Amino acid sequence: MALLELDHVTAFYGAVQVLDGVSLSVPDGGAVGVLGANGAGKTTTLRAISGTVRAGGRIRFDGNDIRGLRPDRVASLGIAHVPEGRGTLGDLSVRENLKVGAYLRRDRAAVASDIDYCLDLFPQLRDRIRSTGSALSGGEQQMLAVARAIMARPRLMLLDEASLGLAPGTAKSVYEAIGRLRRESGIAMLVVEQNANLAFTLVDSATVLEIGRNVLSGSTAELKGMDEIRRAYLGG
Amino acid sequence: MGTFIQLVVDGLSTGSIYAALALAIVLVNQATGLINFAQGGMAVMSAYIAFAVTSAGVPLIIAILAAVLASFVLGAVIERFLMRKFEGGDPDTAVVVTIGLLTLITGVCAWIWSYNNQQFPSLFPIGTLKLFGAVISIRSIGTILVIVAIMVVLQGLFRGTKLGLALRAVAINPQSAGFSGLPVGRLLMVGWGLAAGLGAVAGALVAPQLTLTPGMMDNALVYALAAVILGGLTSPIGVVVAAWLIGVLENLAAVYLPFIGYDLKIAVPFILIFVVLIVRPQGLFGRKAVVRV
Repeated sequence: MALLELDHVTAFYGAVQVLDGVSLSVPDGGAVGVLGANGAGKTTTLRAISGTVRAGGRIRFDGNDIRGLRPDRVASLGIAHVPEGRGTLGDLSVRENLKVGAYLRRDRAAVASDIDYCLDLFPQLRDRIRSTGSALSGGEQQMLAVARAIMARPRLMLLDEASLGLAPGTAKSVYEAIGRLRRESGIAMLVVEQNANLAFTLVDSATVLEIGRNVLSGSTAELKGMDEIRRAYLGG
Repeated sequence: MGTFIQLVVDGLSTGSIYAALALAIVLVNQATGLINFAQGGMAVMSAYIAFAVTSAGVPLIIAILAAVLASFVLGAVIERFLMRKFEGGDPDTAVVVTIGLLTLITGVCAWIWSYNNQQFPSLFPIGTLKLFGAVISIRSIGTILVIVAIMVVLQGLFRGTKLGLALRAVAINPQSAGFSGLPVGRLLMVGWGLAAGLGAVAGALVAPQLTLTPGMMDNALVYALAAVILGGLTSPIGVVVAAWLIGVLENLAAVYLPFIGYDLKIAVPFILIFVVLIVRPQGLFGRKAVVRV
């Protein structure tokens, strides 16, 4: 059974319909990409799941209907949203950001070892552990955002444009770390990304959105073979 | 020398009252990112509650504790049912709402208890102490000690507890904090509640000196805001030190600078603010805000 299932999800910003029936599913431990141009509804799809935008249709997580739940309730069920723009808590130190990530947990010893795991996964953060979030570079902030999500020990991670605004080398190393995280933790992932090449290094399958609805879905290998995908998203 | 010490200690004592109110303002700001102009009015309301309870024959210390508790609930209710509607919107609107709230609360106090001055009993005995040739009232010392204790507790809360960390996280970015499972609404209520409870302490400290009136805290609010700006919005220790500095300097200026005297002494903290802000825009202890575009 799928861990996350979206069935004809709709969403509006005011009178503008942004999602017009998005359907997708993420298997337990799987990784699914959401591709598409600007304004296709990729970010809104993630926001509908995490409860930060009001949505219609059906959203089920682990068999339960989660549509309309408050963001903190959704988080407490095991969904960690790594938002576009990273959501760094700028006045807090790196360590404090990580502790905020573990807010719902009571197992202090395991929290300490998870902090170690994050610093091992993102060694740059270890050197900046006492710096405030706002003093970090864009790449470091993105690493911190992923690390903060790890601290919640989620079953599903929603990743929104983790490569946005990063130098190509930095974006690649962020995705490599996320790939390692996936292999070692088995956390399921729903990955929104404009850079399909990067997304395909991480996901098993993907769906393509155009003006708020799915137009194509398939395994990574299938999509890579399609001409229109190559032209639109893979640079030739 | 005796006069000087006396002026300094009295300055620290009045400064402590500004500090209590300033700490409440910092608390709300740390938890919501807002400046609550109604904090002074809420403190007056709290003092009236303590006054009403103690007038019914309850011992003063218990009446004050009851007022602190009632104020916590009142603050949380104000956040939940009034401020909640304006959070996430234009911060300027929210600030104007707090100014309206100040007027409303002052009016309600006047309506229930009238504008007449009420005698509010002091928590501390009336006696004095001799220190290095100066005569210092026990009330001054007591007031200072209460504020030092609160400052230490608050600093510990923000820097050393999970609740404090959560309050700060929510103030910085409520949505992002929610993604980590922080119950944003409840934390905002707690922040307002704690601030109102702190304001109740300020009200109980100032009421015996000024006598209880609906506008009792108006001046103190101006000084408290000055202390908040001078000390830096992010630092409880900073605002207390700034409030003390203001209390002491205005006392000294009133006596030692004849052209200022008692009439002009309210200008002293503002001259100080101008000078400090030109040199250090983030305040004496505040951290520089980094704005990314």
